[in-house]
Amino acid sequence: MTVVGGDMPQVPVVVEGAPPLTSQPLDTPQRIRREMVRQILHSRLFVVGTVLLLFWIFCAFFGSHIAPYDAIDDSFSPSYHAPTWAHPFGMDRVGRDVFSRVIVGARSVIAVAPAATALGVTLGSVLGLVMGYFGGTVDNVIGRIVDAVLAVPFIVLSILVLTALSAGSEGISVSPLKLIMVIGIAFTPIVARTVRSAVLAERDLDYVQAAKLRGEGSLYIMLFEILPNVMGPIVVEATVRLGYAVFAVATLAFVGYGPQPPSPDWGLQIADQYADVTLAWWAIVFPALAIASLVVGINLIADSVQQVLEP
Amino acid sequence: MLRYVAHRLLLGLVSLLLLSMMIYAAAQVLPGNPGRLVLGREATPDAVRLFNHRLGVDRPLPVRYGDWLGHAVRGDFGSNYTDGRPVTDDLVPALERSMFLAIYAFLLCIPVSIFAGVTAALRRGRPADRFITVGGLSLAVIPEFVLGAILVTLLGPGFLNLFPGIAGTLEGASLWTKLDSLFLPALALALVLFGYIARMARAGTMEALDADFTRTATLKGLRRRDVLSRHVLRNGLLPTIAVISTQVGYLFGGIVAIEKLFGYPGIGFLTLTAAQIKNFPMLLACVLVLGVVYFIATLTGDLLMAALNPRVRLGDRQ
Repeated sequence: MTVVGGDMPQVPVVVEGAPPLTSQPLDTPQRIRREMVRQILHSRLFVVGTVLLLFWIFCAFFGSHIAPYDAIDDSFSPSYHAPTWAHPFGMDRVGRDVFSRVIVGARSVIAVAPAATALGVTLGSVLGLVMGYFGGTVDNVIGRIVDAVLAVPFIVLSILVLTALSAGSEGISVSPLKLIMVIGIAFTPIVARTVRSAVLAERDLDYVQAAKLRGEGSLYIMLFEILPNVMGPIVVEATVRLGYAVFAVATLAFVGYGPQPPSPDWGLQIADQYADVTLAWWAIVFPALAIASLVVGINLIADSVQQVLEP
Repeated sequence: MLRYVAHRLLLGLVSLLLLSMMIYAAAQVLPGNPGRLVLGREATPDAVRLFNHRLGVDRPLPVRYGDWLGHAVRGDFGSNYTDGRPVTDDLVPALERSMFLAIYAFLLCIPVSIFAGVTAALRRGRPADRFITVGGLSLAVIPEFVLGAILVTLLGPGFLNLFPGIAGTLEGASLWTKLDSLFLPALALALVLFGYIARMARAGTMEALDADFTRTATLKGLRRRDVLSRHVLRNGLLPTIAVISTQVGYLFGGIVAIEKLFGYPGIGFLTLTAAQIKNFPMLLACVLVLGVVYFIATLTGDLLMAALNPRVRLGDRQ
């Protein structure tokens, strides 16, 4: 976060009896930022969350190399074998190693969630800046559209759009790119609402007025004056959104809007094996715990970032 | 107050109208040719044209939209593409089932989460507070079907076998059977809601604890128990009660995956089936009904909030 009007020329103010202004004030933007980063890194929950997140990112990239067995190949074993030392998470219906499938399954979530978050946060920030800065009719019109989109549960909206997008083909076809677009766009109004209220709080402050008097254009003021000062809420929103992106990707995969069999995707595994939960609880509970650990890890990061940036 | 109600109602209706336009456009512009979709590849072009004409989808989009909306506001959402039966035949019982599940989830959730929130507020900053706050927020971000799958493993047929893992239609079942069969899905939904309601209760209680009236009550010598029950909780929990109704929309989002997991044919299940077989009249009706449910819930929450807090209804509306 930058301090108000950081790029304005320093005007020396002389106050009777006050110590002279030093060239190095105590609270430079760099120092404040360094202090915040230090506080965040010192939070125990942040460390736990980061370890969980990094673990799954590692699995997403190198999962197929570190998994002990092939995640797709079903040519070797009996179905629904309970956990053993050789197969700590047991075997699924067609005799695949659940442990390997959980490790490799991280990829389809990690491939979509961060990109969808980035898209949603970028579009939402732009929209929120415009709504908050201009206000009036622009704000009202966009606000109504945002309300309308928010009136439908996010998952239902995604299902509707993804169904419409695969109208030409038989069945439902969902690519990672489509998922990124749909989740990113569905996040846009939510982010826009947060950024808008942060911008409203800044809009009438002196540094914005000063920039207007200097004759700066609206675009310049929004991007170079207001944006740096609302980065805190945006960073918090981004971490929270990342958790919900994983939530969304997993849920959509579970209801059939994601990777198709024999993919080791977590949500798909649960949907696929659930009917046999009485026979083999291990085939559904381990992918479920994988999803839970990833979202909780991200949430711990989000929570500790929020504690520091928005106490 | 009346002015405020009218204002909120109007804004909500505008949003609903916009929503109906957007979903109609999404569902109608893109699928192109329902006749081809329903009759299949082998049908003759004439048969497809006739089918589309009977459905009325060969008319211009705004005409079709007006026609659809005109019927929809009177409760007629048209007929299934697939079997020609009225959409409402399945929609109404499905909505009733989902309502039952939703109310069940709220009844499980509200007492526990309010108690947890108040406990957290009274132990502010201590381990119990952090545990409830962080634990609640973590539960709130875990997808409902994941919680459902874990619960089924622990309490359902996986280990303890206390509750069934599949609900089914529960047609004509006794209330007790329904409550028993729906316990796990309702608990999964309740756990997701828990974090949010507990956080609201915590914030409300903390605000009331810090208020001057609480200090006055303490200083005039009231016992702590009386201060809490007469002053703190009465003031602190009112906003929570208003906020709970706005969570209905959130709950209905989670109902889709939960109903699929437990095979319970409510409106979420219906939405999903309609989407998978591309039965657009049904899909549209489901999405619109969900929008209306959200609208009514949010409006109720806002009005409750306004009734409780004069600053909301009289002051600046932003």
